[in-house]
Amino acid sequence: MRLGFHAPETAEELAHLVAEAVDTRTPLEVMGRGTKREIGRPVGSGSVVSTERMTGAILYEPNELILVAQAGTPLAQIDAMLAENEQELPFEPVDLGPILGYAAGEATVGGMVATNISGSRRVLAGAARDYVLGVKAVNGRGEVIKSGGRVMKNVTGYDISRALAGSWGTLAIMTEISLKVLPAQREVRTIVCFGLPDATGVEAMCLAMDTPFEVSGAVHMHPGLTTAHSHADISGSGVSVTAIRVENFPAAARYRASRLRQALAAYGPALELDTAASRVFWHEIRTLKMFQGTKTPLWRIGTTPQGASKLIAALARKIEVSALYDWSGGLIWLGTPPLTDAGAVEVRRTIAELGGHATLIRADAPTRGAIDIFQPLDQPLMALTAKLKQAFDPAGILNPGRMYQGL
Amino acid sequence: MSLTLPEPDRAVLARQDDLVRQLGRLVPQAVLIADEEGRRTFETDALTAYRCLPLAVILPSSTEEVSSILRFCHENHIKVVPRGAGTSLAGGALPLEDSIVLCLSRMTKVLAIDTLSRTACVEAGITNLGITQAVAAQGFFYAPDPSSQIACTLGGNIATNSGGAHCLKYGVTVNNVQGVRLVLMNGDIIDIGGDHLDASGYDFLALIVGSEGQLGVVTEATVQLIKAPEGARPVLLGFASTEAAAACVGAIIAAGIVPVAIEFLDRPAINVCEHFVAAGYPPDAEALLIVEVEGSDDEIEYLLEKVEEIARDYKPTTVRRSQNAAESALIWKGRKAAFGAIGQLSDYYCMDGVIPLSKLPKALEEIGNICKRYRFDVANIFHAGDGNLHPLILYDANDGMQLQRAEQCGAEILKLCVELGGCLTGEHGVGLEKRELMYVQYSDADLEQQMRIKTVFDPEWLLNPGKVFPLEGRPPQ
Repeated sequence: MRLGFHAPETAEELAHLVAEAVDTRTPLEVMGRGTKREIGRPVGSGSVVSTERMTGAILYEPNELILVAQAGTPLAQIDAMLAENEQELPFEPVDLGPILGYAAGEATVGGMVATNISGSRRVLAGAARDYVLGVKAVNGRGEVIKSGGRVMKNVTGYDISRALAGSWGTLAIMTEISLKVLPAQREVRTIVCFGLPDATGVEAMCLAMDTPFEVSGAVHMHPGLTTAHSHADISGSGVSVTAIRVENFPAAARYRASRLRQALAAYGPALELDTAASRVFWHEIRTLKMFQGTKTPLWRIGTTPQGASKLIAALARKIEVSALYDWSGGLIWLGTPPLTDAGAVEVRRTIAELGGHATLIRADAPTRGAIDIFQPLDQPLMALTAKLKQAFDPAGILNPGRMYQGL
Repeated sequence: MSLTLPEPDRAVLARQDDLVRQLGRLVPQAVLIADEEGRRTFETDALTAYRCLPLAVILPSSTEEVSSILRFCHENHIKVVPRGAGTSLAGGALPLEDSIVLCLSRMTKVLAIDTLSRTACVEAGITNLGITQAVAAQGFFYAPDPSSQIACTLGGNIATNSGGAHCLKYGVTVNNVQGVRLVLMNGDIIDIGGDHLDASGYDFLALIVGSEGQLGVVTEATVQLIKAPEGARPVLLGFASTEAAAACVGAIIAAGIVPVAIEFLDRPAINVCEHFVAAGYPPDAEALLIVEVEGSDDEIEYLLEKVEEIARDYKPTTVRRSQNAAESALIWKGRKAAFGAIGQLSDYYCMDGVIPLSKLPKALEEIGNICKRYRFDVANIFHAGDGNLHPLILYDANDGMQLQRAEQCGAEILKLCVELGGCLTGEHGVGLEKRELMYVQYSDADLEQQMRIKTVFDPEWLLNPGKVFPLEGRPPQ
């Protein structure tokens, strides 16, 4: 088949293209608009297939909380469409574009599901995959397959839709995705505490999560990361910042914020951000503003609230780190120095000891080609992974090697 | 009784006594039931029209025993039907003549509760309600709440991805389970997910949940816990037409309110509930909504006020806001007793199709027409917020012809759901019951992809075979 860039307009065209790639044993690099192209092992194929010409909503029923969009639709377009009806994507997807040199909102809905990277509200509302109701996709045999549908509940057969979430384009190429959406909250309040050591910051977040006030964001960041924020009291603080968010209708959000302030009184005088200031603050978290404008390595580490600060302390004894704790300590965005291995040896060793999983989100191409980007899997999970890949893509032509070497 | 199971393996049947003896020696701690009377208890599930005696029933007490049993069955080419409490409405736990039933009801331990991560690790045989009871003292609950929650097990909930009345706000099982310990048919033990959220790698958890016991046997699971709200209260809304009630549901959601539950009862259901429970449901209403919201007292008052304001546009014939716990309990009492009440009146065949919410009035009308054609009465009770219908076809189980006609009637209703843009099953699973209808919803390519996944986990198709896929479906080469 012809090398170069392919952007089919329909699932059928795409299926034809994949079938041709199978016949000619041509590996395909799969992407939407390519904003996350630099994550994962370089695929190194001369043939790129993109969903960027499949755009737009196929169906949007605000009264049913259902959105069906073509996979190449940019998130900015999705966000705008939902905002018109005061709705939103509940899992607040992290926008990785700006830290990788692309504009915000450029990423596609297909890429969002394929990478399953959820934002701060994940801690209350669940992950991107939790809101996937159905997909249409082309598997590695060049067949158009569908799973799930456009209704809220569906247990008819195996859940292939969710299984494609987080598969990074290695199992099938999604062309159409049904999502559950939710009403956007009108009032947002953020309680900000200053100068807490990591362990204490995580403790404060857990305490907030242990209330009935439906905390929808709980982050804690090292002093060096606060300067990127636009709120002067935060950027000028010079100390660590712990921020906790509640959202609801106005009276309820205010009530919950005041109850939270009482609950957190022991952690020192707190700042309360109103709706406008909160929206700015959480947008800066969602676009990882503190990690923009540099090319130093960035890791995404899954851990637990009780293990998080220990993990960072153990790493800090070996290498210089800066950490943004999200999900009440369940997730850490970790900046490491520009070492040739991006700090992988220390990160992997510490995780092997303390538990968790790590994915290298930003590093230069030579580094990415030389180390494991995704958390290495134990046998027999690795064996099952290889068999699942085989079940969707027997010729191994979709994003080969991107997640795991040789797969 | 129109569905059949695959032809039994005569060689396996002939070895029954020998296999039972070997199993007994292999896992001496497990409870092994081989006598006919004992096996009789396990011959069916909640789809009672179908019955079949298995070779034997085995009730293990540990993951290691499950592993030994599965490895033995794998080596001896014996089919295995996993079972929890046997509450499947779709025949998901129906034994095969040449199968062993592997029942996890003895594995009920709570292994760990982690209030910082808000998770509990439990054995799969614990009942759904048992999880909430174990964590209630710490102010938490486990969110999915299927009607059978007193009896059904977490393992069964995982198999069918169970929902419940509160899933509009809190999601279904797949949204609330973050890890499982899975035993494959070859005896391998695999941990998927666990303490951490969203581990990288393929989302095997999404495939396991809802796989109806066909990919592996879940022995332990880590579930997410939710902090109990400050309070919750419902309002009861009666309407002069099902159309008005359905439109009201859409309007509530469009207004930006996501109640924790919206339950819908039509007139036949209202009358039966009222007759048996006297919950004060308005007998003149054509449709009833129970809308429940959560929060502090002020928040609840505010939200219920909003809901009632929206409902007024649809000219409700009754608006009854619960003022206290006793009134809330009474409103819910009717709904919770509904299935039992109807069961006292008649045998019923419970369907589980899903439709887009906007098609609700049309769906109810068409379901009424289909049932009329088959000369059956029908009652509708369902979770309206998510479009998951549960038409109850009332029939006489003692009349074999009626059962067959009820099945045909049900199949037409499910086809209608798919035609309207929905699906065959929202929370009960495909099981045996809807196996042959899969082509209504899926193409050959769709089903072959699913079958290839089955083969990844269980190459010889020994785990719960004869369910989910049309019987002529064979693992693709």
